[in-house]
Amino acid sequence: MKPYLREKTAFSFDEVPENTSFEAGYLVSVNSGWRSIRPVIDAAKCIGCEQCYLYCPDGVISVRDGKAEIDYDFCKGCGICAKICKIGAIRMEAERG
Amino acid sequence: MANKTAESISREEFFYGHKACAGCGGSLAVRAALKVLGQNAVSVLPAGCMSAVGFNFPQLCFSNNSIISTFAGTASMLTGIEAGLRAKGYTDFTAVGFAGDGGTADIGIQALSGAIDRGDNIIYICYDNEAYMNTGIQKSGLTPFGARTTTTPAGQNIHGNIREKKNMFEIVAAHGIPYAATASIGYLPDFIEKVRKASQIKGTKYIHVIAPCPTGWGIAPDETVEIAKEVVDSGLWYLAEYENGRFILNRKPKQFTDAAAYLRKQGRFRHLSDEDIAHVIESRDRKWEYINQNFTYGG
Repeated sequence: MKPYLREKTAFSFDEVPENTSFEAGYLVSVNSGWRSIRPVIDAAKCIGCEQCYLYCPDGVISVRDGKAEIDYDFCKGCGICAKICKIGAIRMEAERG
Repeated sequence: MANKTAESISREEFFYGHKACAGCGGSLAVRAALKVLGQNAVSVLPAGCMSAVGFNFPQLCFSNNSIISTFAGTASMLTGIEAGLRAKGYTDFTAVGFAGDGGTADIGIQALSGAIDRGDNIIYICYDNEAYMNTGIQKSGLTPFGARTTTTPAGQNIHGNIREKKNMFEIVAAHGIPYAATASIGYLPDFIEKVRKASQIKGTKYIHVIAPCPTGWGIAPDETVEIAKEVVDSGLWYLAEYENGRFILNRKPKQFTDAAAYLRKQGRFRHLSDEDIAHVIESRDRKWEYINQNFTYGG
């Protein structure tokens, strides 16, 4: 299982713990805003070789049913996956909006 | 299509949602190593990129037990964690440290040397991005010759760093350590195999992994893995192991790729003159002469 994004809960200052007493893998903010380009997987071409999964510095790629999937919440758009993919099943597209 | 390396490591992510720069080599090294060691790894991170990007309260990006140590104390904190957990009766855990090149070769070398001397049962991984990147690119003991950093600027008279890279792998091996290895994130299956091997050996283990930094090296974020391959292929880094008092070379390039092309690609080496590059190639050839004489080639 991957660590997941928690729901934001508002807390007042006196509720803030004095030390890091949250559980490990406690995620509250995404990295998607860092991206100017995003990887897009061509499912028809993807053979599930898992090279992109192995080399992703952020670990956002997983392979399900033989096809790669990307967690866009935490992908920073570095483009390593598109370069490592020998069959060219990943292309980088400009972020819009 | 099964990927043997991917099958051999945990499917879980233990370093996730971190704030490292896009294309960070160091974070890939930490992620891969933790996927080998699993949930029961206790990781220690001194001051450096990986502690700065992993613990942004309340965002906790390590989902195994992790702690930040003092800059100089990675190895001594590992010693304490290993002894403490052992005293409490735990047997199924790995104490692993991830220190940068400055935290290993400069600031943390004394604590590391002490831990090796005591033979503590720990794994020490040095992710080498060849300068103090976290604080804005200052020269460390592992910065290679000619590299431009903020403390070794490239001027008309002096072209970047005038010192050679410290030979950390052989310094550690000279302690008579049970296991030491060099690796590169460009050759991830090799690195993963070395972490696994280290986790099965008793005593102190040291792995030195080259982890390029797009920000500090002046390369595009998507070139990290390629450049980490190229540094090995061009002979400027080598994949080797030290075990039972013997040096073993894991990869012997038949012919080196163009070292000048490797250097010219990076912003930190762009100012180098032809003589500087000739110097780099000359010291590479000297190093390989030494390796060929003293290392055994094999798996």
